[in-house]
Amino acid sequence: MKINDVILKTVSQAGVLIILTFGVYLFLSGHNQPGGGFIGGLVLATAFVLMFLTFDSETVNKAIPFDFKKISALGVLLAFSSSALPMFFGQPFMSQTFGYFDLPIFGKTELATVTLFESGVALTVIGVVVNIITSISEDE
Amino acid sequence: MNNIILLPVLIPVMVGILLIFLRSYGRTQAWFSIFTMAATAGISYYLLEKVQSDGIQRLDFGGWAPPFGISFVADSFSLLLVLTASIVTFVCLMYALFSTNKLLQTMYYYPSVLFLIAGVNGSFLTGDLFNLFVCFEVMLLSSYVLLTLGGAKRQLREAIKYVVINIVSSWFFLVALAYLYGAVGTLNMAHLSVRVAEAGQGPLLTTISIVFMIVFSLKAGLLLYFWLPGSYSTPPVVTSALFGALLTKVGIYALFRVFSLIFNQQPEITHAIIGVMAGLTLIGGSIGAIAYNDIRKIAAYNVVIAVGFILVGLAISTPNAIEGAIYYLIHDMVVKALLFLLVGTVIALTGTAQLHQMSGLMKNYPLLGWSFFITMLSLAGVPPLSGFIGKVLVSEGAIESGAYILLALSLLSSLFVLYSLLRIFKNSFWGETIVGKEDQVPLNSRFLVPCLVLVLLTFGIGLGTEGLSAYVTDAAETLLNPDIYVDAVLEGARP
Amino acid sequence: METIIIFLVGILTAVAIYLLLSKSLIRVILGTAILSHAVHLLILAMGGLKEGTVPLLGEEAESYVDALPQALILTAIVISFAVTAFILVLAYRAYQELGTDDLDEMRGVNDE
Repeated sequence: MKINDVILKTVSQAGVLIILTFGVYLFLSGHNQPGGGFIGGLVLATAFVLMFLTFDSETVNKAIPFDFKKISALGVLLAFSSSALPMFFGQPFMSQTFGYFDLPIFGKTELATVTLFESGVALTVIGVVVNIITSISEDE
Repeated sequence: MNNIILLPVLIPVMVGILLIFLRSYGRTQAWFSIFTMAATAGISYYLLEKVQSDGIQRLDFGGWAPPFGISFVADSFSLLLVLTASIVTFVCLMYALFSTNKLLQTMYYYPSVLFLIAGVNGSFLTGDLFNLFVCFEVMLLSSYVLLTLGGAKRQLREAIKYVVINIVSSWFFLVALAYLYGAVGTLNMAHLSVRVAEAGQGPLLTTISIVFMIVFSLKAGLLLYFWLPGSYSTPPVVTSALFGALLTKVGIYALFRVFSLIFNQQPEITHAIIGVMAGLTLIGGSIGAIAYNDIRKIAAYNVVIAVGFILVGLAISTPNAIEGAIYYLIHDMVVKALLFLLVGTVIALTGTAQLHQMSGLMKNYPLLGWSFFITMLSLAGVPPLSGFIGKVLVSEGAIESGAYILLALSLLSSLFVLYSLLRIFKNSFWGETIVGKEDQVPLNSRFLVPCLVLVLLTFGIGLGTEGLSAYVTDAAETLLNPDIYVDAVLEGARP
Repeated sequence: METIIIFLVGILTAVAIYLLLSKSLIRVILGTAILSHAVHLLILAMGGLKEGTVPLLGEEAESYVDALPQALILTAIVISFAVTAFILVLAYRAYQELGTDDLDEMRGVNDE
């Protein structure tokens, strides 16, 4: 089914960008404030779902040539391996650490290993949500 | 702190994820999973030995000491079950290697099995009641997938019932967790044990414990087994063998753990209810086992009988009975897998599950027939096979504590097990051979090898009871003296 | 406040059970979704409501609310999300294969 809704297309082109930005913001702010990988991932996934709604799935698949099943698997892999990493340093599973670094543009920045875990969670959520939506809506 | 405890969960998960990327390579996936399960079995054996020498092992996630963080706790009881589950899965996967078709293999069959075993092992090892819920859900989600893979009409229909029932029982689990948290303010099992003992198990806590009992009974198939025969008899052979061997055992493990460690103050209420439910399960399972002509249904009802029998051990709760129940639990995991594999092989060879449409298979496939015969004897509890020692010890416990009704029911149920399986044996293996030597479907020896491995295992457990007894005694001692567990987790610094 | 929430939990559970008992599969699925929301609220109420501020760094309040129930709920939400998604797909497949969403008509037939 081809949809050709000019208003929807125009609005969602801008909307997707805003949603993506908001998702990344939520993801990053999750360290000390409300937010985090799960919520960020959900918001990011809604952007993809909006794209799938506005344009047909062939167009979107051409623009984003990823297999979302593999993305969620990658997310779980990232989350688990970042949790397992401390085991090689004699620390318990899921231990975290953080440090302050002087980065060129950002200045003094706190970098924490938990962000790796969180990005795994976010990837998983994105993959799973998009997967579910597409698998229900795929065949008419 | 001992990170190795986590490996029986972590390795299957990691390999499962890797296999998702290897989707189109069916055989490779199978070999990877088999190797993984062998490694897991090896690690759990190592841990079992370590627990014997160094006492209960513990891992605090992220270094958060209990009761604040989530812990994995490995005692002999958990590890015996992890070890058996890993070995059984290993053998079932060997069977799957040649029996599952190409389509199934590329539909994430092996990742699902590995996630299932990760959930099962996690449930055995966790020391936190909420984490137990999470592991249950991991296991259940994988079991939903395994149940529906293939997508036959009958499978889908049974899967819907199974999923809805499990959602409702998970809901009960959460309700019980919420009330328990509201009542005592902790979810760490060892800490719960301390808090419940301090507060005294009043009517409120006993009620909460009964909600837990309902949840675990649904999972274990204790009295609430109405969903079990349908869903265990529809999926492919290996899946139903795994389900029959592992899934109900997790519910049984949870019942043992929760009612020996946490809610152990009022056995006259809780254990009495378990006893009544176990008795009714034995009756219901026995009736079911002789009522059907579908051999898969008969096998599924045999699972129900075993659940009743093992929980008779918990209801009595004398040292002998608990030891017997543990022996029987291990035996049952092995032999139920064997039974389902044999039944599946028979169905694959004859093309029917109806008793009356097969006959005289003994002439065609003698080895298969004798394997079935041994399985039957083992399930009925004939020495020197593995079922014997469990039955003797549970019966001894029942006599010591004067539970004569349960004793009678459990012994009678053995007769029903024997009768129901003898019916299969007499109808399908004995009798006139209806398929000539020329027309018979050749039995691939690669199907038979896993079955023979399990047959050897049931002989091994039966003859090697002496070697097993040290572990089982230790497991029973920990179950009967919750203080050992609590001290190991909270390390004397009781909050 | 807790009392009101508990009443709400009761109402939600009643609604969910009514839906669960209906014949249409999609209603059953909606029932399971509402059922899980009811228990999430119950866990929240069990942790105690309205005591102190959010458990975040830098709030500098005298007392904080118990963070554990929220963590439990988040986990439970994720799980119920996954299960609901799965059963939706399953129901859709079953509807395609069996040609009905009526649970009565889905009952087992012996001759299969």
